[in-house]
Amino acid sequence: MTHVQRGNFWRVLAASEGWSRFKRSKLALTGAVIVVFVTLVALVGPFLVVQNPYDLSALQLGDAYKPPIWSEGGTMPFILGTDQQGRDMLSAIVYGSRVSLFIGVAGTLLASALGITLGLISGYYGGRIDALIMRIADIQLSFPSMLIALFLMSVLGRGVANILLSLTLVGWVRYARTVRGETLSVKKSEYIEATRVIGLPDARVLRRHILPNVFASIIVLSTIQVGSFILTEATLSFLGLGVPITRPSLGMLCNDGFSVLYSGLWWVSILPGLYIMIIVFGINLLGDFLRDEMNPRLR
Amino acid sequence: MALVEVRDLVQRFELDRGLLGGLRFEGGRLTRRLRVVSAVDGVSFHIERGEIFSLVGESGCGKSTVARTVIKLLEPKGGSVFFDGIDITRHTRRQMLPLRRRVQMIFQDPYASLNPRLSVMETLTEPMIFHRVAATPEEAEARAMALLERVGIRPEQAGRYPHQFSGGQRQRIGIARALAVEPELIVADEPVSALDVSIQAQILNLLMDLREEFGFSCLFIAHDLSVVRHISDRVAIMYLGRIAEMGDKRQIFSSPRHPYTEALFSAVPQLSGGRILNAPPLEGEVPSAIDPPSGCRFRTRCPRALPLCGESLPAAREVEPGHTVFCHRVE
Amino acid sequence: MRTMNETGVERSVGRQGELLLEVRDLRTYFHTFKGVVRAVDGVSFDVRRGEVLAVVGESGGGKSVTGFSVIRLIDDPGRIEGGQILFCGRDLMTLSESEMNRLRGSEIAMIFQDPMTSLNPVYTVGQQLEECFRLHTRMGRAERRRACVEQLRAVGIPNPEARLNNYPHQFSGGMRQRVVIAIALAADPKLIIADEPTTALDVTIQAQILRLMVRLVREQGRSLILVTHDLAVVAESADRVNVMYCGKIVESGDTRAIIDRSAHPYTDGLIRSIPSLEVDRRRLDTIPGIVPNMFELPEGCYFAPRCPRARDLCRVREPEPVEIAPGHAVSCHFPLEKSSSQREEVR
Repeated sequence: MTHVQRGNFWRVLAASEGWSRFKRSKLALTGAVIVVFVTLVALVGPFLVVQNPYDLSALQLGDAYKPPIWSEGGTMPFILGTDQQGRDMLSAIVYGSRVSLFIGVAGTLLASALGITLGLISGYYGGRIDALIMRIADIQLSFPSMLIALFLMSVLGRGVANILLSLTLVGWVRYARTVRGETLSVKKSEYIEATRVIGLPDARVLRRHILPNVFASIIVLSTIQVGSFILTEATLSFLGLGVPITRPSLGMLCNDGFSVLYSGLWWVSILPGLYIMIIVFGINLLGDFLRDEMNPRLR
Repeated sequence: MALVEVRDLVQRFELDRGLLGGLRFEGGRLTRRLRVVSAVDGVSFHIERGEIFSLVGESGCGKSTVARTVIKLLEPKGGSVFFDGIDITRHTRRQMLPLRRRVQMIFQDPYASLNPRLSVMETLTEPMIFHRVAATPEEAEARAMALLERVGIRPEQAGRYPHQFSGGQRQRIGIARALAVEPELIVADEPVSALDVSIQAQILNLLMDLREEFGFSCLFIAHDLSVVRHISDRVAIMYLGRIAEMGDKRQIFSSPRHPYTEALFSAVPQLSGGRILNAPPLEGEVPSAIDPPSGCRFRTRCPRALPLCGESLPAAREVEPGHTVFCHRVE
Repeated sequence: MRTMNETGVERSVGRQGELLLEVRDLRTYFHTFKGVVRAVDGVSFDVRRGEVLAVVGESGGGKSVTGFSVIRLIDDPGRIEGGQILFCGRDLMTLSESEMNRLRGSEIAMIFQDPMTSLNPVYTVGQQLEECFRLHTRMGRAERRRACVEQLRAVGIPNPEARLNNYPHQFSGGMRQRVVIAIALAADPKLIIADEPTTALDVTIQAQILRLMVRLVREQGRSLILVTHDLAVVAESADRVNVMYCGKIVESGDTRAIIDRSAHPYTDGLIRSIPSLEVDRRRLDTIPGIVPNMFELPEGCYFAPRCPRARDLCRVREPEPVEIAPGHAVSCHFPLEKSSSQREEVR
């Protein structure tokens, strides 16, 4: 929305209307605070927690089954209690959130890269190539995306790389469709016609003249997508088709705790689940604000 | 030799191009009939070096389509186009590349013709560097600065983005972009019709000064006859994909011969007033270009139409040297 | 600053009985993020019965907002801050929103630049026209149908019986504007406000529509406020003109007086920058510079920074409207007094 002058991005941002609306929007502020908090936890959290949950030698079976400290029987330093192997839940959640966030962000980057490329090609060239890409997208959209992800994971097997691959194959469609639509409208602008009068090659027109002008909607879509990918990964891991056991994500922690949920150890499953909820909630609040902000028709 | 020579130019657009387009039931059978818009039908003209040649007409008359076909943004469906003696009718995109530097364009909408994400400097230097008009980025920037100053933009504003300028200023930047590669022909597609009157006058004066200074030819597309009279050397009046009358500015404006030209002139509001409310009106509307009238396309609204007008195309009649009229009623 | 507008621009006693609309010191401001825009700032004018009053100016001059303010169609963040709008002796500013709604369409009608914005794409033209008759008259069903056909015929739509069943998109731009005019006139309003009604149309169609509007207004003793940027259109169709610049009326008077003997340098500059179809001029005169930013209006006369005649006084004190001839008022410290020879040169 705000096109900035070179060199003084922050000054222009601070003076912009969007920033002022952001400051006035309680929901957007809440979302931003959550996102910043979650990011900080993922970045510096490992230096603050009591143990490295991946280091099996640090675990003591004697510490197992400790509830959170506000419950009866809870002891320091296990603020959020421990699981059946004596793993500190807080440490596990902090480390798990790193895996979840990494997969959410990296998956979004990969899916957007594929989707943007196909969307640009589809919208700019039109014709047969457009029809081909969009029919593939239509077919894919007629299956539930979770089903496709489950299928891919059961074929490919567990692993972070495999998750990223399936998220990419599931997520590109939304990017392709959005970018194609925007490209179609940008393509009609006189400044794109001007590039043809100059004779610029297509690749340059796409990269320098069209892509920057469809970027706003990509940003919006990506914000929401990160949240949705975190959920997808959590679901896959919960079903045992996600990350490897050695590097548990939040979803896998839920799964681990699920078996003991009914024997009273509710915290092992519920707490990671709650943290997933907080992360996605914060991202979605921010995404909603960006969506309203970048779509002048909604404003 | 004329810089641009256009002969019998034809441009058509097919509607219903999709897989199932144009399908319909007729007499119990499924038939496919494609509708074709006959946008330009047999247009011929030339543009001399250094002259401003205007195509005028109401919306849908095909003037913009002619311009875009002449510079090969659209592929001609018939006829031929010569640029500086070279037949470019069948030129591929690659073959056109060296000619792109010699032809530039100024657009109608100052708000849509500049990329909002590029600074003015980037907008101007991109074509210079691409066409190697400037050897180095530094040279390109220096030239851009000089150009901006020439079109009336303060050079220190070169780092700014389009939204920081007014409509008139953006149009000046658009003109500077067109001049950046030192073209021989500039196609100006309604360059002042989106501007306020006082700004329009500034831009028209600027264009005329630059023409003197740089010596380019100009294909000027407009619907405003007063503007056209002011800026052009020669004029062609278009109606529904064909030229109705063509000639020297003075010939056209002081002795119009085609009934459409006359009707058009009497509909132009003037400061002196009293024209529109009193003049005999031109009734009806421009027919569709999908199924245009046979013979002379203006006959359905023409007060002087004869049966002959529906039967055959009016041939070009040169009523005086350089003044051509396409009308059966003109001797 | 405000009181000068209370003096009124031209209220010669003899004409007072014919007044349909009196606008006094109208102020409409827009409260935006960047500050307050005084889009209409202390505007006073009259509309008499049976006359065409043009409001002319460049974009940002406040001419459209003036038109919308008269029927109180101002949306957030805009607000009518003050002034009186006396219509047939009633102050519209004191009416409730529902009373205002009844007035709009029945006594005051509006015609917009883009006919598609005032026509509903999902109803036929006949349905939309008939609704007007149902709302504003006591006609029966068959009678309404006949009135619809009559109304379309009156605005020059060929084959009106069949066209009633068509949807707006099936009409061309010019025909659509005719439909809008038909709907606007259906309830027999006393005043019509037309905002750039012919700007989107081709010149031959523009001539048809202007002719139609002026005829329908003059024949029926209605009044028309014609908001436009085109002085030539004004010259062809209006009786009187208000010239607006930066939210203020800088000059007002009879059309011929304004165009032939313009006294404000802005009006004069506008006229000189229009190319003529009748006379060749090598160069157009221009108004230097651009319209000032509405957030940072200059001191004194708003036109002073672009004015070739500006002196020190102009940059300090705002000019008040002065009547330089009967019915011809100008807000300028140093109005032009042009000899006829100078004028000839421009013609």
